[in-house]
Amino acid sequence: MMRRMMLAAAMLLGLGAAQADAQQRVVRWAASGDPNTLDPHSQNVGTVSMVLRQIYDPLIARGQQLQLEPGLALSWTQVEPTRWRFVLRQGVKFHEGEDFTSEDAVFSITRALQPTSNFGIFVDTIERAEAVDGFTMDIVTKVVDPILPNKLASVFMVSKSWSERHNATRPQNTRQREEMHTVRNTNGTGAFRMTAREPDVRTVLARNADWWGWREQGNVGNVTEIQFRPIASDATRVAALLSGEVDFVLDPPIQDLNRLRGAPNTRVLEGPEVRTLFIAMDTSRDELLYSDVRGRNPLRDLRVRQALYHAIDIAAIQRTIMRGQSVPTGTLFPEQVQGFAREEDVRLPFDAARARTLLAEAGYPNGFEITLDCSNNRYINDEQICQAIAAMWTRVGVRTRLNAMPLAPFFAKIQRDDTSIYMLGWGVPTLDGLYSFQSLLATRNGAQGDGIWNYGRYSNPQMDALVQRMKIQQGAERQAAMREALRLYREDVPHIPLHHQVIPWAMRTNLQMPHMANNEPQFRWVVVN
Amino acid sequence: MFAFIVSRLLQALPVMLVVSLISFAMFAYVGDPVAIMLGQDFTEAQRQALIAELGLDKPFFVQFASFLGNAAQGEFGLSYRLSRPVAELIAERAPATLELALCAAFIALAVGVPMGVYTGLYRNSWLSRFFLTFSLVGVSLPTFLIGILLILTFSVWLGWLPSFGRGEVVRLGWWSTGFLSWGGIKALILPAITLGLFQLTLIMRLVRSEMMEVLRTDYIKFARARGLPNRAVHFGHALKNTLVPVITIAGLQLGAIIAFAIVTETVFQWPGMGLLFIQSVGSADIPVMAAYLMMIALVFVTINLIVDLLYYAVDPRLRIGRGKGH
Repeated sequence: MMRRMMLAAAMLLGLGAAQADAQQRVVRWAASGDPNTLDPHSQNVGTVSMVLRQIYDPLIARGQQLQLEPGLALSWTQVEPTRWRFVLRQGVKFHEGEDFTSEDAVFSITRALQPTSNFGIFVDTIERAEAVDGFTMDIVTKVVDPILPNKLASVFMVSKSWSERHNATRPQNTRQREEMHTVRNTNGTGAFRMTAREPDVRTVLARNADWWGWREQGNVGNVTEIQFRPIASDATRVAALLSGEVDFVLDPPIQDLNRLRGAPNTRVLEGPEVRTLFIAMDTSRDELLYSDVRGRNPLRDLRVRQALYHAIDIAAIQRTIMRGQSVPTGTLFPEQVQGFAREEDVRLPFDAARARTLLAEAGYPNGFEITLDCSNNRYINDEQICQAIAAMWTRVGVRTRLNAMPLAPFFAKIQRDDTSIYMLGWGVPTLDGLYSFQSLLATRNGAQGDGIWNYGRYSNPQMDALVQRMKIQQGAERQAAMREALRLYREDVPHIPLHHQVIPWAMRTNLQMPHMANNEPQFRWVVVN
Repeated sequence: MFAFIVSRLLQALPVMLVVSLISFAMFAYVGDPVAIMLGQDFTEAQRQALIAELGLDKPFFVQFASFLGNAAQGEFGLSYRLSRPVAELIAERAPATLELALCAAFIALAVGVPMGVYTGLYRNSWLSRFFLTFSLVGVSLPTFLIGILLILTFSVWLGWLPSFGRGEVVRLGWWSTGFLSWGGIKALILPAITLGLFQLTLIMRLVRSEMMEVLRTDYIKFARARGLPNRAVHFGHALKNTLVPVITIAGLQLGAIIAFAIVTETVFQWPGMGLLFIQSVGSADIPVMAAYLMMIALVFVTINLIVDLLYYAVDPRLRIGRGKGH
């Protein structure tokens, strides 16, 4: 009797739960960081765009393999070398009801061009945008820009009238005393609309049933609500997943992956990230700032750079520090990036004896002393990687002092060129090689984007010429320039490449989602069972 | 009495000034907010413009003077990280920290005092020994480890309590409280224990030694000789006289609980001021850090003042001494 009653009660409960489940499919998502702002053109950082991408649409979207797909633009053509024409999607509405037209598209491009925008790199070649008719827009570029569509995949579309109504026609400005409306409010055209926002506590998104994309093929997601909660402490984030309080953790610590793989109801999804770690060196000063060599700069000698390269046992780093979660590389960017050439992805082999010989040939038989600058909270296990490299270099005679620090002082230091050798991780949001060559290897000459992250001040006229070619050429010629630049990169060793990061995502087993190499989950594809 | 308060307030002023100077000077070394605000792509001109916009190109003392002038009016500017007014951010986070601190202090007193009395009275019982061993754990284990052990036990293994956050909160005007919902109370338990454990053991050991001290005094012997029941002797006479130092310590520890909730708040993702501070440190958000440190200094100065006043009220010798002087 008792048992039967309990059974009945359980069935009732189960039924109730199943019914509720049919209507509500909630995904509780945790990550270590919270978006600092919700302004769509203010901060170009992953924690912001991973949330905004659910709410806002760009003109050109990216598919599961990051390939370009129609977003709010149905098609785009280069009608003249410096004029692109975009045919826009009709019948699209913003979450607050405004219609999306070419006026909004022009306005959004113009907003991203404002000096307070952090999205300059994506619109740097644009001279102006103009509406041709209600649903056609032209973009006029200052120079020929073959990769404009790649860049526009990172620029979100906002409503002109909404921005004007809320006095937010420019991205937020730190000088203002007042908080801008766009910092905590959104109005996109995307698959989800924000229903609650408490900074650093929670952000709740609800399914936008009217989204244009639900009618398109492939958008099979059935999530009705996303609850995003930042959890800064690694151990707590993992505990919350194990105890079932969250369903999806974007950045589980890699030392806990085995635990998560072994636990019931959780699984780990792994995939490559478009981010490459490398060592960059001061190849410009006559004397290094942080070394005991006086009167000359050993890093200007190719043999010394090669010696440091040969000294690194990348397989050991992959095995012990990254626990298999990395893709060792000999080139500047991974295969998802346009311009990648597998033949150029070859490392100088690990060979300590060869390293010592090269150092002796270069005139440093007893090695020298140097300080390696490194961040300790920016990339996966960054400090441990640097510790290992310092030990490996010391073993061949280059006595390396490690200077590891949090990202805030680290970036400040290297941006003052106050470094002799440092480790950096570089992501490629445009998925086009020019972005890397231009920022990291071009001579810093004051032009927009050229050499802005080249803190070793590497300068090679051959490389500069190739970068100029990549900027304007198209098709096979451009491909050849990239290939040539990658060959030069291998030959001249301006960097010592280490590995591409692999990013693990951890989730409850009832969640189905594609892994994204840009580390931005897309909930329009997420299925909850 | 009035002169006493005024003299105390005058002493507090230089303390606040020194704290603000030290904290402001310290921030010159925590890193460059400009680098973080600019992100991966920028031009040199944009960088210089932002530096000028934030006033970071001005000499140190000019920056400090303008900071002090604004701080005196409660104006701490806009957070670099969140682009929102600092005063508003801190006001938003204060309820979470204050509720957590109060609960922790309550646990520390409500459990620590009885445990202290018991161990003081029955020094050799096995329960006393257990309490003392337990208090060693509380003193010696670091807070973050205690927090993680509690999460592992009560959230992951038993699944009784949430591992992070404040649960459901109810808004009462500008105050948000977790006391009015079951989820909010459940979320409070683990962080409050974590935060209060150290104070609990401290109070227990303090009460114990004070009890043992007082029980040896003549007036207790006299009370026993008068034939008073044990209960009256222990609680009416002995405990009452141990409480003066306990109140002082508890008051000062409340300040410490508020100020050092940082670790507990980080472990439990508790959306209070400590978590705000830690996140601000990570991105060199100078306005928030400065405002937080100033506020903590103010809390300590205020609590010290109140404790001094309590002493004045409780200890008759102080009053007589001052009375003669005047």
